[in-house]
Amino acid sequence: MARIQYPKVVTANHLLEGDVIYMTASGKWSRKHEEAKLFEDPQEAELALKMAQGQAHMLAGAYLADAQLGSNGKPEPVHFREAFRTRGPSNYPNHGKQAEG
Amino acid sequence: MYNYNQFDHDFVRNRVDQFRGQVGRRLDGSLTEDEFKPLRLMNGLYLQLHAYMLRVAIPYGTLNSRQMNQLAMIAEKWDKGYGHFTTRQNIQYNWPKLKDTPDILDALADVEMHAIQTSGNCVRNVTADHFAGAAADEIEDPRPTAELLRQWSMDHPEFQFLPRKFKIAMTGSPNDRAVTKAHDIGIRMVRNENNEPGYEILIGGGLGRTPMIGKVVREFLPKADLLPYIEAILQVYNLHGRRDNKYKARIKILVHETGIDTLREWIEEAFETQKAYHQAPPQEMIDAIEAQFQPPEFDTAEVDEEKLADALSSDPLLRSFVETNVSQHFDHNHAIITISLKPIGGTPGDATADQMRVMANLAQAYGYDELRISHEQNVILPHVRRDDLPEIHRILKEAGLATANVGLLSDMIACPGMDYCALATARSIPVAQELSNAFEDLKHQQDIGPLKIKISGCINACGHHHVGHIGILGLDKAGVESYQITLGGDGTETASIGERAGPGFSYEEIVPAVSRLLDLYMEIREGKDDTFLDVYRRVGAEPFKQALYPEEAESV
Repeated sequence: MARIQYPKVVTANHLLEGDVIYMTASGKWSRKHEEAKLFEDPQEAELALKMAQGQAHMLAGAYLADAQLGSNGKPEPVHFREAFRTRGPSNYPNHGKQAEG
Repeated sequence: MYNYNQFDHDFVRNRVDQFRGQVGRRLDGSLTEDEFKPLRLMNGLYLQLHAYMLRVAIPYGTLNSRQMNQLAMIAEKWDKGYGHFTTRQNIQYNWPKLKDTPDILDALADVEMHAIQTSGNCVRNVTADHFAGAAADEIEDPRPTAELLRQWSMDHPEFQFLPRKFKIAMTGSPNDRAVTKAHDIGIRMVRNENNEPGYEILIGGGLGRTPMIGKVVREFLPKADLLPYIEAILQVYNLHGRRDNKYKARIKILVHETGIDTLREWIEEAFETQKAYHQAPPQEMIDAIEAQFQPPEFDTAEVDEEKLADALSSDPLLRSFVETNVSQHFDHNHAIITISLKPIGGTPGDATADQMRVMANLAQAYGYDELRISHEQNVILPHVRRDDLPEIHRILKEAGLATANVGLLSDMIACPGMDYCALATARSIPVAQELSNAFEDLKHQQDIGPLKIKISGCINACGHHHVGHIGILGLDKAGVESYQITLGGDGTETASIGERAGPGFSYEEIVPAVSRLLDLYMEIREGKDDTFLDVYRRVGAEPFKQALYPEEAESV
C-alpha cells in the first residue's frame, strides 16, 4: 500500500527555550502550529528545511513533519507525536503550549 | 555518606566552567548543534519533545537533606517547581533553559552533585540497592564499592567512547532490590567458603530491544581485584563490542554472540595483564571512602512497643502505611520507610519542590540526615526510629506523601514516555495514571497483593517493562498508540524476562485488558499468599492470554 503523501511543515526546537517552533509563510518562526506554512511541493519543503538548518544560532533539530489542512482552514498535525508537540505533556495541562491557550 | 575532597570539588567545578564556555560558544554561534550535542550530553543535557531536560546523577541513590533541599531550590528557581525521579536513581528536570544550565550545574556543585556521564556512551551513574546500609538482610554495604567505581569511571580516558552506554548496578544483599541481573555489569556482594567478603560479577544483562538476563562471569572476586577486573571487562567490551550496529552494540549482544565461556577467557586474560601493572588505589583512600559510609550513631533507647502498638491499633491509616511502606532495619529499634511517589492518579516519580523539602526536613529531624532514591521511583528514609513512625506518617500525610501502596498495583514504574521523551513511541504516564485511578481503592490493591506493573513508552525499556509481573510497552502502530503486554517478568534475584502475551491494545483498551488479567488472577489464586507471579509461573501464559483475548478464545 502506497503511503499517503501529506503536505509538510518545517519544525524545530528553539535554541534558548527548547520549545517547539514552526516556520511561517514569511520564513520567520512561530510557536503555533496553526501559523505554520504548509508546503505542498516536496522540493520547496526540502529547500525550506535547508534554510532552517542554516539557522543554527536560533534553533536545533529542524525536520519536516506531516501536516494537513484542517476544517478551520489552518494546518493541523497528522501524527499523534506532532499533535502532542503542539500541546505539551498530558500529565500537566498547565505546562507547555496548552497552558498558553 | 561520601563527602567530596578538594580534588572532587575542583574537578566538578572545572567541568561546570568548561560547560559554561561551551554553552556560551553555542549561543554566540561558534558551535553548531552537531558540535554542541555530544558536549551537552556528556553533561546530562538533552533536548526533548517540548524543552531541554537535565538529568542529574544521584550516585547509588544516596543523598542528604542539604542536597534534597538544593534539588527543590533548583526545581523552583529554574524549572516548574517539580522534579522527576527516574529508574536509574537520577532526577530529571523537564523545563530548564539552555542559558541557565551552567548556573544549575554550579548550584549542584555547591552541594557536591553533578550531571556528568548521565548520558553518552560511557559508564553511567552506578546504581545500588536503595536499602543499602540499612537492610536487615545485608552482607555488606555496597556503597563504598559503588563510590570507588564512581571515582574510577569518572572521566576515565579509555572509556569515554565505548560502543554504547554502560550501566553498573550493585547489591549487598541476597535479595536483589537493584535489578543487578538486567545491567551491563551486576555486582553482588557475597562471601566465600572462608567467610571473606567479595563479589559475584554478572555481565550482559539488559532490557531494551533485546532483553537478556546477566550471566555470572566470576563467581567470587576478591575485593582487592575489583578495579582491574572491571577494567578488564570494559577493555574486552571496548575492543570487541559491535560498533557497526547501534542496536547490537551493548555488551549483552557480545555475551550472546561470543558466549560467556569464551568471553570469560578473554576477560581473565585481560585481567592478568591489568593486574600486573594496575596501580591499586592506596589503602588509605579506600579506608577514607569506607569510613564515610559507616552507619550513623543510632539512638539505642529501646522503643516503647506498647505505645507504638496502641498508636497502630488506633489509626488504621498508619497501620496500613506501616504494613506496606515500612521495611525491616538491621537495628531492631529502627525501620526503613519507603515514601511512595505514586499518589493515586499521579505521575510516577514526580515530587514538587515543597514535597522535596518535607522529605529533606524529615531526614534531618528523624532520619540521621539520610535519604535514598529507589529505581522504583520512590524516596527512602533508611534509618528512622520505630517510635517516630506515627509522627513521620502524620507529616507525610499533610504533604500528600503517605500513599500506602509500596509494592502494590499503583506503585508502578513509568518512564516519561511521549509526554516528554523525544525517543518515545507512545505515552506511558497517562496509562499509569488511568490504571492507578481505575484501582484507586487501596484495600482492593492490598487484596490483590504484591504486583509490579512497569510501563515503557518505547522499546528502549527505561520503564523496565520486561521485568514487570505485568509489563506494558507503548508503540506506534501505523500512527496510533498501541500497547503490548508482557507477563511474568521479574527483576529480583529470581529474574526473568516477561513473555509477550499477544497483539497490542489501543490506549482505550489497555486498562480494561489489565483488569481482565487481574480478575482472572483473583479467581484462580489459591489464597492471598499465592501472588500474581506465583500463579503465572504455575499455570503458565495460556489462561492469561484467554483472559486478554476472550473473542479469540471463544472462536477456538
